Formats: sequence, C-alpha cells, structure tokens
Amino acid sequence: MIEVEGLSKDYGPRRAINNLTFKANAGEILGFLGPNGAGKTTTMRILTGFIPPTSGIAHVCGFDVVDQSLEVRKRVGYLPETVPLYPDMTVFDYLKYMADLRHIKNAEDRVDDVLEIVHMEERANGYISNLSKGMRQRIGLAQALVHEPDVLILDEPTIGLDPAQIREVRTLIREIGKHRTVLLSTHILSEAQQICDRVLIINKGEIVVEDTPERLQAGLTGVQRVAIRVQGDGDGLEESIRKIGGISRVSTIQEGHVEAESAPGKDIRPEIARKVISDGFDLLELKSIDLSLEDIFIQLTREEPEPPSTDDSDEES
Amino acid sequence: MRNVWIIARREYKYFFVSPIAYVVIFFFLLILGLLFYLNLRQAILQAAYQQSYAPTIQIVIGPMVTLLLFVMPAITMRSIAEEKHMGTIELLLTAPVKDWELIVGKWLGAFLFMLSLLAITWIYPIVLNFLVKPGIDQGLLITGYLGLALMVAGLTAIGVFISSLFNNQIVAFFANLILVLALIFLSQLSTTASTLGNQIGTYLDFGNHFFNYFIQGTIDLSDIVYYLSVTSLALFLGTISLDIRRWR
Repeated sequence: MIEVEGLSKDYGPRRAINNLTFKANAGEILGFLGPNGAGKTTTMRILTGFIPPTSGIAHVCGFDVVDQSLEVRKRVGYLPETVPLYPDMTVFDYLKYMADLRHIKNAEDRVDDVLEIVHMEERANGYISNLSKGMRQRIGLAQALVHEPDVLILDEPTIGLDPAQIREVRTLIREIGKHRTVLLSTHILSEAQQICDRVLIINKGEIVVEDTPERLQAGLTGVQRVAIRVQGDGDGLEESIRKIGGISRVSTIQEGHVEAESAPGKDIRPEIARKVISDGFDLLELKSIDLSLEDIFIQLTREEPEPPSTDDSDEES
Repeated sequence: MRNVWIIARREYKYFFVSPIAYVVIFFFLLILGLLFYLNLRQAILQAAYQQSYAPTIQIVIGPMVTLLLFVMPAITMRSIAEEKHMGTIELLLTAPVKDWELIVGKWLGAFLFMLSLLAITWIYPIVLNFLVKPGIDQGLLITGYLGLALMVAGLTAIGVFISSLFNNQIVAFFANLILVLALIFLSQLSTTASTLGNQIGTYLDFGNHFFNYFIQGTIDLSDIVYYLSVTSLALFLGTISLDIRRWR
C-alpha cells in the first residue's frame, strides 16, 4: 500500500530525511519510531502530498505522491501532529465539512458513524473550542476516518494525552488497523511495541532498523539472556551452568541469582533447568530477560545519554 | 468546482460567528452613517441659504470606497494566514482539493460576505430617495454599486493573496493596506513622469477606474476588464503562493 524508495527531503541546506526506502503492506500497522526531529513528520507530509520530496519516489495505493497527488489524497486519512481543528465550529459541522470536501454521499450519516467509532456522539453539537485535548485527538482521528481511507497516516496520535486516553486511542487504532494500512509515528517505544505489527526505527533522517517488535528484541542482540534463582547461596551454580553447551557468558548477580547468556538462536532454558536440578539445586525461578526496546533504541540511535542501569540496587531516598 | 462552493460556504458562514467581522462591520456602518448624516445636513443647510444641487448617491458611495480600503484588509487578513497559523492548512492541502479551488473558495466566501454588507448599505439610497425630489438618479445608483462590487471583488482577491503569504494576520493586514494604498496613489505618483508612464500609472490606478467612471454613471468595458483582471491576477498569484509554499 505504501512504497517508498530512495526518498530524500532537504530544507535549505539541512537534509531532513536521507534516502529512505520502506514498504507497508495492506492491513499492516507500521510504526515509525524515532527521536524528535528524526524526520518522521517530514516523511508523513510527503506521503500525504503536503510537501513534495527533493528526490526519490513514493507510491501510496499505487499512485505517485507527486504526479497523482489528488488520487493519493483521496485514499489517505491523515492526522497531523498538531490536530487541525477549527475551534469555532461544532464537532458535527467540522466533520461534515471534511466529509463534504471528500464528496461523501450521505455525509451526515457517515459523520454519525465516525462519531460513534471515536465515542464522541454526545459532543456532536458542542464547539470544538470546549473539548479537552483527548477529545480533540479523537475528533482528529474521526476526521481522518470520515472517508473510509485505505491508508491511515497518524503523526504522534497519543502525544499530550493522559494515560487513560492513551490506552483508549491505542485500542482505537488497533481496531481501525484491522482493516486498513496504518502508518503511525511515535517516540514512545512501548507504544510501538503494543500497537505495531512492524517497527521502523529512524534517526537523523535515516532508517536504522526495520523489523517486528519481537524480532527486534531477540534478533537485534542475537542472544537470549536468562535469569536463574535458586534457594540458598547457590555455591557452585555458576560453574555447573558454565558446563552446558552453548552458553556464552555466566555471571553471578548476587547470592543464589545467576544470569546466563546463550549463543544466538537457541532456547537454553530447558537445558538449564535440567542441569540445575540434577546438580542438586532447588530451582526457584527461571526466566528469560528481554532487552527492552528502550535499550535497543538507545543503542541504535545514541541520541540520549544512557539511562541509569536497571540492576536491582534501589536508590530511593 | 464543487470544492470551491463547499469552501466558500464555510467561509461565508464563518464571518457570522467571527467577532472580528462584526466589529469591522459595526464601525464600517457607524462611520458610514455618520458621514451620511453630516453630508445630508450640509446639503440641507446649503439648500436653505442658497441655490444648490440636490445631494446625489455619491455622498454615500464616495466615503464608502475610502472606508472599504481599510475594511477589506481587515476582512481578508485571516483568510489563509489563520489556516497556516492554526495548522488547518495541512488539512486542506492533504484533502483532495486543488490549490486554486482553495484560493477561489476563500475568495468567493469573503466576496459574498462583502456583497451582503453592500446590500445592507442600500438603506442609504432608499432614505435619500425619500428626502430628495424627484428622487435620486437610479442610473448613478446602479453603476455606483456595480463599480463597488467589482472593486470589492478585486480587493478581496488581493486580500486573499496577501493573506496566503503570511502566517500572521496582523502582518497580512498591514501588507495588504500598504499595497492597496500604493495602488490608489499610483496615478498621483506618476504625474511627474513621462506621458507613457503617466498613462500606464493612470490605467493601473485602482481608484481611477472607479472615481472617474462608475461613480459618474459611466460603464466602460475597459474598467470592468480592469477590475476583473486584477481579481484574476490576484487569485492566480494566491494559487502560485500556495504552490511555492509546498516546494519550499
């Protein structure tokens, strides 16, 4: 549905995005992940026909975003980062205006439908200026959905919302994404992890990595990390685990708590369990530790300073 | 074409919920009424002491033109600038609407609103018609208002164009005012220049076509063409300006 090849955009001497190439398939929720200023909004603006690229090709629904811009715009629903609303209009009038601009038949019925989708039926006749931020976001989403687009492009759809609203909008996007292609940008990693089928990490205008959230976690580091806890002080535990084949690193975190790392592509947990028990330890806990997307992200982009290490030492005052 | 109408309709409706429009109209009608009263009073005094001509509709249309030069920038300043400021321009330019449809729609909405305002000012000719015997010159009235409508069309188009250049309404207002005043005083500036320059200046002068023709009761095709050309040129430039913004 979305095909981008070698896309670049310059703002004067500054290159906002550089040679982007990616694809979003039909019915897929693609997450666009990156720190602020990475080029997410620029890419989305190009895809929606708001600005043209400096070079490269982008196709949406098989139409070129520059040469067949109107065809693309007919098929794309777009929620910009700053939700574009007219505060002096009522919710209904605003959505009706959007529906009219898209030449929708029975526009009134359709507006009622989208209001139902975003759960805003009760505020239909209220002025937009009186709505809370979360409600505005939902109206922005309704606007993007009013013409039943094949492709939905959402720029930071959960920014500025409170946790309850964030959850609501995420559920909404997942619902919507069942039947459409969704490209959404975010700089919140857990959000990408929760909503997206596939994640594309972008930094300084270039794609750093592209994969599913799960594979990103596993595949990127290529190792599985396992934490083992046994009863007692666990003397000799480290040595006995070290004897298992395929273990690359073992370290004792504290008494009775050991972490082991395996070579890529092998689940070592069953073997560890057998070994630990056969060597006479009382196994309390055995779990695999995921490298969080946060870790991966920071590792990849190196924009922000390293966060404080996440070991067990409490630093509460 | 349909989009033009959809945009124009929203634009027109907007004026009736916008406080700025009401304030501007209030002062427009207030000052116009005041001038009407003063002109009328003077005419009556003159008539009492000496022979004089009955006041014509020019005592309404004359000051109206001057007022419009200031009112039009205030009415049109927000047209595109506000959309840019609020970010709603992103909505319009990513909807399947052509750039020219947006500009023409914006212009049409404001133009229709100004026509409604002009319609309200018809009250003065009606009042005057009662006071003057044997009634006012209907020909002057018709040509005067035709001229006004054409002039407003031009001024609205210029306003929309200027508005499309800026994010800030106030900047758009002053830029528009300066441009309009420059157009009005063009012929004055060019009197010292050569004959050809003088002629060009006189032709391009925005007020000249009105004060020397329409308000005197003359309809000349070249004047109509002049105002229509100004309108189309401004709308064209507005479209170009939207297009350039995309490519920047």
